[in-house]
Amino acid sequence: MRAESVAKFLGVAAVVVLLPGVYLGLVWAPPDALMGNVQRIMYVHFPSWLATGAGYLIGFVASVLYLTRREPRWDWWAEAGIEVGVLFNCTGLLTGSIWGRPTWGVWWTWDPRLTTTAIMLLIFAGYLVVRAFVEDPEARARVAALVAIVGFADVPIVYFSVRWWRTLHQPQSSPETVDPEMVVALRVMFLAFLLLFGYLATRRYLLARTRWETERRLLELEAARG
Amino acid sequence: MSSKARRRFLWMAGGVVVLGVFGYFAWGGLGKSLVYFWTPTELLAKGGSAYGTAVRLGGMVVPGSVEWNAETRDLRFRLTDGDTTVPVESRGAPPQMFAEGIGVVVEGVFTPAGVFRSHNVMVKHSSEYRAPEPGKHPAEYYRKLFRSQASP
Repeated sequence: MRAESVAKFLGVAAVVVLLPGVYLGLVWAPPDALMGNVQRIMYVHFPSWLATGAGYLIGFVASVLYLTRREPRWDWWAEAGIEVGVLFNCTGLLTGSIWGRPTWGVWWTWDPRLTTTAIMLLIFAGYLVVRAFVEDPEARARVAALVAIVGFADVPIVYFSVRWWRTLHQPQSSPETVDPEMVVALRVMFLAFLLLFGYLATRRYLLARTRWETERRLLELEAARG
Repeated sequence: MSSKARRRFLWMAGGVVVLGVFGYFAWGGLGKSLVYFWTPTELLAKGGSAYGTAVRLGGMVVPGSVEWNAETRDLRFRLTDGDTTVPVESRGAPPQMFAEGIGVVVEGVFTPAGVFRSHNVMVKHSSEYRAPEPGKHPAEYYRKLFRSQASP
């Protein structure tokens, strides 16, 4: 199947799953006993981090593949995964902050989870900046892949931060610590966000491909003109 | 070095650096030297050197220890880690999740009087998410103590 058709399928599927997901999370599932309706922000917060992780993982794997195989398409996937990952990193931080103010009492605190997460956003935003500064497509792909691979070391640190260190942020939840109805709503939203992520990343991949080919042609034209 | 050997060397060097950084975070001394909050036991173990330094203190609000003065807006409670308990003084109403028996992290200084003077009370939430039980209103405690009496 061509990437265009995959993107179209993922986009339609994302909307189809997102609509019932939002209903389940905002209406059907019960509010939290302690936090009330504020807790419903979790249905956007958790899925955002799932999509962030998916994006950075794709960025890491595709970067390794680019450096070992030197095929442009791996650079396109790396850029797509990381750029969309940065987007969900931002929605994750924003929803967390909005939830933190009424629950913790602060919008932000420098605890290990929040700090390592902020560093993660800076690393991958830096990746996008590096890409913008290197003009030669192949040199850009090489340097960017290196940034993505080294920067990815922070991703598992973010995940384990709530277990390794004392934090204000709570540790990971599991189906045992979350009421069954909330788990159902969460799972639907996880799927919806993964589909949404897949749609955005595939579209971004197609854009990267078009850009690469355009750049190639421009460079060839310049060379021909002398 | 041939270019292939050089490349392999670079890959290995990069891998060692990444694993090293990761290992340092996971098992190194960073976890001990950079703590987000101290426990009451750790605070008291510092003795006189703990006085006057801005620190975060984490623990549980001792049930029955909360005193709220609606006129002066002074909040007093006792903070425990199970072994050691420290009295905490703070100004203003705490976040709405505040309750007896809940985990909190307070920012402030430990005074020679043996009282922790806090300028910021943060409430720790657990990883539990539960539907409210019928007939129970956990927010009732907060409303009774902090809303009905005071607030400008």
